[in-house]
Amino acid sequence: MNAPSSTTIRTPPPLIFSEVRKSYGETEILKGVTLTLNRGERTALLGSNGSGKSTLLRLIPRITAPTGGEIHVLGKELQHLSRKELKLLRAHIGFVFQKHLLVPRLSALTNTVHGALGRTSFGRAWFHSLAPQPIREEALACLEKVGLANHALKQTRHLSGGQSQRVAIARALMQRPELIIADEPVASLDPESGENVMRLLGELSQTDNLSLLFSTHHLEHALNYADRIVGLSSGRIIFDKRSDQTSLEELRSFYE
Amino acid sequence: MSNDPALSPQAELSLPPRFRFPGMGRTFGIIALFALISLSLHGAEISFSSFREGIPYMKEVLFEMLPPDLSRISNIGALLLDTLYMAIAGTCIGVLFALPLAVLAARTTSPHTALYAISRASVSLARTVPDLVWALFFVVTVGIGSFAGVLTIAIDTLGFCGRFFAESIEEIDHSPEEALETLGAGRCAILATYIFPTCTPSFINTVLFSLEKAVRSSVVLGLVGAGGIGVELKVAMDTLQYGQASTIILCIFVVVLVVEQMSTRARTALLTTS
Repeated sequence: MNAPSSTTIRTPPPLIFSEVRKSYGETEILKGVTLTLNRGERTALLGSNGSGKSTLLRLIPRITAPTGGEIHVLGKELQHLSRKELKLLRAHIGFVFQKHLLVPRLSALTNTVHGALGRTSFGRAWFHSLAPQPIREEALACLEKVGLANHALKQTRHLSGGQSQRVAIARALMQRPELIIADEPVASLDPESGENVMRLLGELSQTDNLSLLFSTHHLEHALNYADRIVGLSSGRIIFDKRSDQTSLEELRSFYE
Repeated sequence: MSNDPALSPQAELSLPPRFRFPGMGRTFGIIALFALISLSLHGAEISFSSFREGIPYMKEVLFEMLPPDLSRISNIGALLLDTLYMAIAGTCIGVLFALPLAVLAARTTSPHTALYAISRASVSLARTVPDLVWALFFVVTVGIGSFAGVLTIAIDTLGFCGRFFAESIEEIDHSPEEALETLGAGRCAILATYIFPTCTPSFINTVLFSLEKAVRSSVVLGLVGAGGIGVELKVAMDTLQYGQASTIILCIFVVVLVVEQMSTRARTALLTTS
């Protein structure tokens, strides 16, 4: 299902799902999903628990492989990529997890430097102290963007949930991504931190013209920070509208 | 009477018994355990009469040990230092080999089941064979002296650290590895950036315990010719120089105590900062 969009497409769309299916054993989670993301577009993915949102997102950097169908990411067909090509592609997809999944005993700066792991040679992005000066400067600039430059040397286990999620976003930015995927990025945060993180993601994708695909249960977040809202139910896309053409009531009815 | 349904008379009636009769299997197990203990006490030829008869000789030897003979204290000091060097060198070599072996011996990081099985078996062999047996082996193969002791301690450390390093690698939360993989990190990068930093406190703890263990065992390795102060102690005891023997024992006690104290302090300092 393709969304109406006014964006003029000059380069291939960052993400194309064609009849994608995914099963775990006998259970079919995704039942033929077709979806195209437009460049620079911010898309919210809605759906109740078990609808297949996380599975869909995890297919994009091929954390898990589909059972059928085709997935094109940044112009590349995932199925035919070699291990090395997949590694290079992953380096350009920023992935923000529900739980930040940082290395707790390392500093915010080193965790941000890890964003360059996919594009640097052996050992140069393992620790900020071993990284070349341009990488350290870039990582600090990414932390500055998320407002945490003054916590650069703090171990991430000493940061709050909201701060940790912002470091995870800085790490994703360090990848110089063309596409950012966020799997319920505010699910484990309090409302205020969640709002801050969503505002940050929305603003950064807009200023850097990044394509953003995030899943959420917060209908207000979908309306405020997405250009387009896609609804998933029982492994199928049943809703696809521009956010300015829908309302909170309509989105609520989608969950009923 | 309380309104709480949990405290109602019905609830009291359904209280479980305080003790339960163990099942047949468990009862048989307990009986077998006591039988084994009785057999061991009997088979070990424990004799209270021999112990009673030995008390006067123990007193005699102890009196002869006092006061300690300090005439060879400088020589004993030098040998103790050698023993300490042997323990530290052996521990370092053992830890160096234990790290990669632990990665292969941890289910979560081992690249292949065959490698996992071989590494586990190597760690078990190094750990289960007693250090004195390794010392005898190395004395025969590389000759009498400190080098045999260093190799013995290295193997012992490899077994001890290999096992505990592998266990701590298996115990950590592995979900951040998925995040690093999506960043394009390879296996080496994941080890260096996540697994080793996360396991560092546990590794430090294990290495310090291993060092304490090495210092204690390096003292006795000399008894079979693997260098260190043990040779001196054996000679003193064999030639009935109990005064010198007591000096050696006291020096060993002080060194082991100092190393343990330093290790405890280092552990506290390193674990609070790491």
